[in-house]
Amino acid sequence: MARVITPRARIGYTAAAWIVALTLFFPILYTIITSLKTEQEAIAGFRMIPSFTLSSFEAVQNQNNYWRPFTNSVILAVGSTLVALVVGIPAAWAMAFSPTKNTRGILMWMLSTKMMPAVAVLVPIYLIFLRTGLMDTRTGLIIVLMLMNLPIVIWMLYTYFREIPGEILEAARMDGASLKDEILYVLTPMAIPGIASTMLLNVILAWNEAFWTIQLTTTNAAPLSAFIASFSSPQGLFWAKLSAASVMAIAPILIMGWFSQKQLVRGLTFGAVK
Amino acid sequence: MTTTFRALLGATALCAIGGAAAAQDPVTLTIATVNNGDMIRMQQMTAPFTEANPDIRLDWVTLEENILRERVTTDIATGGGQYDVLTIGTYEVPIWAAQGWLAPLEDLPDDYDVDDLIPAVREALSVDDTLFAAPFYAESAMVMYRTDLAEAAGVTIPDNPTWTDIRTAAEAMTDRDAEVYGICLRGKPGWGENMAFLTAMANSYGARWFDTEWAPQFDSPEWQATLTDYLEMMTNYGPPGASSNGFNENLSLFQQGRCGIWIDATVAASFVTDPTDSTVADSVGFAQFPNKDGVDNHGNWLWAWNLAIPASSQKQDAARSFVAWATSKGYTDMIAEAQGWRAAPPGTRTSLYENPEYQEAAPFAAMTLEAINSANTQQSSVQEVPYTGGQFVAIPEFQGIGTQVGQTFSAALAGQMSADDALAAAQSSTAREMARAGYPK
Amino acid sequence: MATRQTAGLARLMRAPAIILLLIWMIVPLGMTLYYSFLNYNLLNPANVSWAGWFNYQYFYTDPAFFAAIRNTLVLVLGVLTITVVLGIAIALLIDKPIWGQGIVRILIISPFFVMPPVAALIWKNMIMHPSYGVFADIARFLGLQPVDWFAQYPLTSIIIIVAWQWLPFATLILLTALQSLDGEQMEAAEMDGAGPVSRFIHLTLPHLARAITVVVLIQTIFLLGIYAEILVTTNGGPGNASTNLTYLIYRAARLNFDIGGAAAGGIIAVILANIVAIFLMRAVGKNLD
Repeated sequence: MARVITPRARIGYTAAAWIVALTLFFPILYTIITSLKTEQEAIAGFRMIPSFTLSSFEAVQNQNNYWRPFTNSVILAVGSTLVALVVGIPAAWAMAFSPTKNTRGILMWMLSTKMMPAVAVLVPIYLIFLRTGLMDTRTGLIIVLMLMNLPIVIWMLYTYFREIPGEILEAARMDGASLKDEILYVLTPMAIPGIASTMLLNVILAWNEAFWTIQLTTTNAAPLSAFIASFSSPQGLFWAKLSAASVMAIAPILIMGWFSQKQLVRGLTFGAVK
Repeated sequence: MTTTFRALLGATALCAIGGAAAAQDPVTLTIATVNNGDMIRMQQMTAPFTEANPDIRLDWVTLEENILRERVTTDIATGGGQYDVLTIGTYEVPIWAAQGWLAPLEDLPDDYDVDDLIPAVREALSVDDTLFAAPFYAESAMVMYRTDLAEAAGVTIPDNPTWTDIRTAAEAMTDRDAEVYGICLRGKPGWGENMAFLTAMANSYGARWFDTEWAPQFDSPEWQATLTDYLEMMTNYGPPGASSNGFNENLSLFQQGRCGIWIDATVAASFVTDPTDSTVADSVGFAQFPNKDGVDNHGNWLWAWNLAIPASSQKQDAARSFVAWATSKGYTDMIAEAQGWRAAPPGTRTSLYENPEYQEAAPFAAMTLEAINSANTQQSSVQEVPYTGGQFVAIPEFQGIGTQVGQTFSAALAGQMSADDALAAAQSSTAREMARAGYPK
Repeated sequence: MATRQTAGLARLMRAPAIILLLIWMIVPLGMTLYYSFLNYNLLNPANVSWAGWFNYQYFYTDPAFFAAIRNTLVLVLGVLTITVVLGIAIALLIDKPIWGQGIVRILIISPFFVMPPVAALIWKNMIMHPSYGVFADIARFLGLQPVDWFAQYPLTSIIIIVAWQWLPFATLILLTALQSLDGEQMEAAEMDGAGPVSRFIHLTLPHLARAITVVVLIQTIFLLGIYAEILVTTNGGPGNASTNLTYLIYRAARLNFDIGGAAAGGIIAVILANIVAIFLMRAVGKNLD
């Protein structure tokens, strides 16, 4: 709605929007500020200007090497996303272009698999992981994270693929395009934005998963969720350190989110826009 | 379908092979520890050990206490074998040892000097005279108070105070306008938080958790007196928001000069007298855990963080040498040399308390030792009890029961229910859990 | 003929996902169902026996059970209400031509990237702490007594934290929907003398119905499973004031190590969640086609 408004209204809207945005962002901003304070400053009352010390980050890094969990987080988030796409794209494609009367039911069933409380199935999964040697391996976690997010992936892709007009496929088929050509040259270019945003959302969800990633790892595969669990409530209130660890845990995904914001927003529509 | 599935399986297998190839000589010990100051210090001071044992690599899993407990319990109960050394509390040791989950600590090196361990601690970690865990540091509980405030208010706290002394002093020291509160006690729910304190306090009031038939005793006059006095003191002389205060929050309040009296774990003594963190370091006095007039019991708080080796570990020998090193006299000396005597892990060895240098550096040493020595975990109440444990009950069900009761008492402290209602709720929820667990056994 | 071929191919393409999810559902569900009929405490693994319906009965008669169901509903409905209402408001606002739209949008979307335990830690320590939190600082600045959020308003506090995390999601979906609103129709309505309120109710809101449905559906799935925020902040208390169903199961499984009881709770939760889902489908499912 790019309608003309008066400059005064524009100033009003701008001010209101910025107030809302800064309010919502404030907890994150304040965490970043606190991470740059000394411990004494951190609990010494409200102050927006820190002393810009990096000592908390150093202390965190000394206590727990950041790079191993960071690498694991990247591998788990990206790995589980890629596998989910490999499994999810054909399924979503099939459901979007050859729907049966059960399609909606199947989709809802898939979503409903997410309703099982994870903690109730921990012991069975733990035992399976022990028996199969998947415990504390990235492979094991990639499988679990992939399965957890697969319903969402399929649903997003499905709604996205459905937007692609079927006539184009018909036309391509008329022109004698093979199935391979059809997928490669007709569908893929149209689907890429949808796939990209699905991928982004899935990376975020996998990155932020904090139950299985802690319960099924010890050292080799432990990602940043385990890293942050080693800083919450130690002896004494170390808020600068906790803030530094929090910043380290969320910064990568936050920055990725900022840069890919446009693609992500498109993906978040879930076909809600007609 | 088949191709995708096969590709997936293939990928799985490849990764599994990759993982297996990486784990070869030298031996890698996976050590699970809690993220408190002493443990993290140890993690950073292992160079002498790894230099002396070049074939042993150390891999650390540091987690927050509750997550660590969950994680480690699941693993050990399923025989997972993910860890070679565990950091566990005095609560778990007897229970896990009885299950056969812990490897007995026998054949320790000669210079380890098991007899140097403080008897009360050693006893708490032994089952049938066999040691199942080595104490890293140990604590009892005591009174810490501000000598300057006490003097200004014209009150004295004797070395062996009664609860009446504490109450009187707390009242005199409270100055709400100056944000000084007479007494700070734990209120945050949890079996290891408010219930650790309240159980010890109940012990000192002559109360007990269960009678000899395992019937819960929250309907007894002793428990009623305990809870009523606790709530009364905290409401009148305690800080605002006390129902969310645990050890950490109270430590911070005390260090900032907001508390007149704080009754908590003895390890806090070294933090509150440390001038770099504490604004009141010069004016802290110490006293034994209080008792009620006429009840000869100082609460019997005894806790230790210990290193133990799970029976499921494949690397027992290497693990044993690490445990022996980390809890040895030599380790204490090394820490003292590097960071001063105050940083030495307290509470585990008699020799530390006989060391004049330590006594010099730690003015609270004598009081700490006395508190630990006087803790009787075999008979925590003046009444007969069917359980062991000081500020907890050493049965597997206690974590759940204690936390549930802790929630109820915390709600009472937050003013959401009366003391009588809280006691009745505690009584019924405990009776319910105990019936489910099949007590009396 | 081509269609039959396509249909076969489509089945083949759907199969891996369906089979994987089926395994992912049936294996744990089957084992959970089995465990739910056992007396099985992880701390006493030698002593496992058949329990019949006892675990279900025990879970159901837990004094916290109905409180937990009530809290679950309050939590879900509270967060949904806040995110949808504020989401619409914020979406309307940032849909206007404002300066710095890109940055505003980045700031608003940010909470969505914060992992739940971190979000809970930030709010608990930095914002809502009764002594050192920003809210306490503000209260003291205004000369008021600081509020001890997690003791006095436990469930509300958790709703605020969770709503903060999900508001960006709702806002963005609603914003994209808003942007596809037909401007001409809006102008025509304005010409006809319809006020802003009337235009909102008769044009904007119906247009957003589908987006709201999506927000409600996706969020409900995640909100039913909330536990990390509770674990970090209130541990379900004081009393049972902030215990939801998931946390109740968590308590049985991780604090009592009662595998049988947790399994029974899990099965009950699945049944209740599916009732909610069916209800949800009936109520809003039409909007999705």
